[in-house]
Amino acid sequence: MSTADAVAGVLWVCATLYAVFGGADFGAGFWTLFAGTGERAERARALVDWAIGPVWEANHVWLIFVLVVLWTAFSIAFSSIMSTLFIPLSLAAFGIVLRGSGFAFHKMARRLRNRQLAERAFGLSSVVTPFFMGTVVGAIASGRVPVGNAAGDAVTSWLNAPSLLTGALFVGTGAYLSAVFLVSDARRAGDLDLERYFSARALGAGLAAGAIALAGILVYRADARFIYDGLTSEGLPLVIVSAVCGLGVLALLWRGAHRGTRPLAVGAVAAMIWGWGVAQYPYLLPQTLTLEDGAAAGETLTAVLIVFAIAVVVVLPALGFLYTLAQRSVLEGDAKAARPPPPAAGS
Amino acid sequence: VETGISFVTDLTTLAASSQLAPARSQMAFTLGFHIILASLGVAFPAIMLIANYLGLRRNDADALELAQRWSKVTAVTFAVGAVTGTVLSFEFGLLWPEFTGRFGNVFGILFAIEGIFFFLEAIFIAIYIFGWKRLSGWPHFWTGVPVVIAGLGGAFSVVAVNAWMNQPQGFTLADGRVTDVEPLKVIFNPAVPYEVPHMILAAYLVTGFLVASVYAVGMLRGRRDRHHRLGLLIPFTVAAIATPIQFIVGDTATRAIAEDQPVKFAAMGCVQTTHRDVTEYLGGRCTSDGVKGGIGIPGLNSFLVGFSTDTEVTGLDSVAPSDRPPANTLLHLAFDAMVGICVLLIGLGAWLGLAWWRRRDIPRSRWFLRATAASGVAAIVALECGWIVTEVGRQPWVVYEIMRTEDAVTGASGVWVTFSAVLVLYTALAIATVLILRTMAHRWRAEEVGDPEVPYGPSEAAPPPPAAPTSGGPG
Repeated sequence: MSTADAVAGVLWVCATLYAVFGGADFGAGFWTLFAGTGERAERARALVDWAIGPVWEANHVWLIFVLVVLWTAFSIAFSSIMSTLFIPLSLAAFGIVLRGSGFAFHKMARRLRNRQLAERAFGLSSVVTPFFMGTVVGAIASGRVPVGNAAGDAVTSWLNAPSLLTGALFVGTGAYLSAVFLVSDARRAGDLDLERYFSARALGAGLAAGAIALAGILVYRADARFIYDGLTSEGLPLVIVSAVCGLGVLALLWRGAHRGTRPLAVGAVAAMIWGWGVAQYPYLLPQTLTLEDGAAAGETLTAVLIVFAIAVVVVLPALGFLYTLAQRSVLEGDAKAARPPPPAAGS
Repeated sequence: VETGISFVTDLTTLAASSQLAPARSQMAFTLGFHIILASLGVAFPAIMLIANYLGLRRNDADALELAQRWSKVTAVTFAVGAVTGTVLSFEFGLLWPEFTGRFGNVFGILFAIEGIFFFLEAIFIAIYIFGWKRLSGWPHFWTGVPVVIAGLGGAFSVVAVNAWMNQPQGFTLADGRVTDVEPLKVIFNPAVPYEVPHMILAAYLVTGFLVASVYAVGMLRGRRDRHHRLGLLIPFTVAAIATPIQFIVGDTATRAIAEDQPVKFAAMGCVQTTHRDVTEYLGGRCTSDGVKGGIGIPGLNSFLVGFSTDTEVTGLDSVAPSDRPPANTLLHLAFDAMVGICVLLIGLGAWLGLAWWRRRDIPRSRWFLRATAASGVAAIVALECGWIVTEVGRQPWVVYEIMRTEDAVTGASGVWVTFSAVLVLYTALAIATVLILRTMAHRWRAEEVGDPEVPYGPSEAAPPPPAAPTSGGPG
């Protein structure tokens, strides 16, 4: 394995973490958008707030890593992607602004009208942002991004069947992951009703995401044979793993099982992303730019690997601490753990 | 007429690439917006921790309350700064693909390092805010320390990239392709020693005066309790210490720029021809005959460069007109404004210092409070001016003397559209942020039951009661 391959592996690890954590976050926004009105919907929204509140920011830092590793290690691919796919990427960036600020503000807005406005901005951009990110991935995978500054078509590169389906797949996968996570959160909060509520949604979203994935494979067969061939040869084991994990989650949810849904759902998504990676290997931009040709000088690649190693050592324990604190709060319930602010000095 | 002609020349240059003007405008606007939030992200946690420390050390409930409220304000500004920062990382590719395409593999590593610091900052801010209810005094305090360190590290990484753009090194260009990257030379480039401390001090100075100004307004409105006095004194002290140091660092930076980027330095003072005994002008318009309408101090410009009026200063005529920065009057005035505001803020700090030395109290004059109330905005103006000096002064280069900005720009059309959208979106964002912060302040003043909930914090109440059909919801 070359250094470029190793760095591509790092890129894929970051992309996977973003798809899982960021994706689940987007999905949480999806469910608040489509929760409707009424007491149950409000409870569902409150559960979402409660579940993602402490981690929503950290979940999205993976995107920064994806961008930075891409432009550092594979600069040519980065500039080609960003310039050809200017429109969907600009829309995704606006979506990120609306989403972050919408979430940050909705809890604090005093007037109901403003709160709903912020909530809607958060929900809507939680759907729009992953959709456009999906079209970007679809455009890359289907070989519509040539090398060069805005060398590809500004519109048809991402406005086509495989890209749109990939966009839909991103939205569906996020909603599915999120619902699976929220089933567990609802259970820990002791809310049986919401547990059933999100179970039903997880089942529905799982079926929808599976259907989109299948349709996607067929569309890629017609449109981007290269990826299809990859998915059905070297990538086939991963496709199967993804399908088995996905079906496993559906079966567990159907039986109302309490364990195993979350790791299996994560497995389904991760296997799908690595399946895509294996399918387009050794290309970075399918059939125009290979990893080796697009890679930076050796010193840069080594530096990226060193920085990644440091990130693993430094960030993961901190992240673990945060998730533990967040989860523990769900277990204990804030009311019990709460102390009157400010806490007694020296305590 | 002069300005008219230079404007037309500018337009002709711009016409060469239709996306250059909107791309530069969008980058300038989003960076100018983000730099305020980034400064708050770097320095506010430190000021908050000082209050936290004092609170724990002296058993001071007022200081602890300030620390807690400031942590919530930090949460809001950090959340907004995180999204505006993410937009910037998109813009590196969306607006300047030729720049990242060629040099991303040189400077990119610094952003990878910044990514780690940003991640740690995000994690520990969440832990700290969460910790008000879940951790006891000192352990809680210590969870805030990584936020301060990560803020410094993040600032170093990002500013080091800008320093590299001003003093590029650590790579070889062969046929337009980069080879032989030396990451350590990139990271510790010659502009780092003056640019990085200058920006970090600016962050502390801006945040300190900005926070102090909020409490000064409160005191002017008659709220002269201990809460407000502490709220003014803690950040003010930090800023008052940072300001004179900033003056010295800035002075050093100016001399270094005279050496490293003589054209930028010439543009700052509007020095047209290379000569000795150069007059330093305060204010005025920059024309091809030098400054018109400013106050001239003979020999000062030369003296600032080499501690002698005999020092030769390189003029703008040392390079072809196409290699000189645009908007020279703006550059000159921005530099003067930055230095002028810094001097005034040093005076403000000295005023408090004197009163404190004599009576252990803040000055009695309402003019002190009025000046402090204005200091926050003044510091932001100085920050933006400094940013204009370094960025506009580097033009027409994106990588100094290696790559022109016009050669870095995207070939995609429609940047005018995204720039317009950014203007609308960010204006709304700014208004919403200010309104939210005001709402928080109102709630605190009214001592409403239940603090406003912040983006990372634990909910005030437990999640909805299990299947209880109450009108429920937290709070």
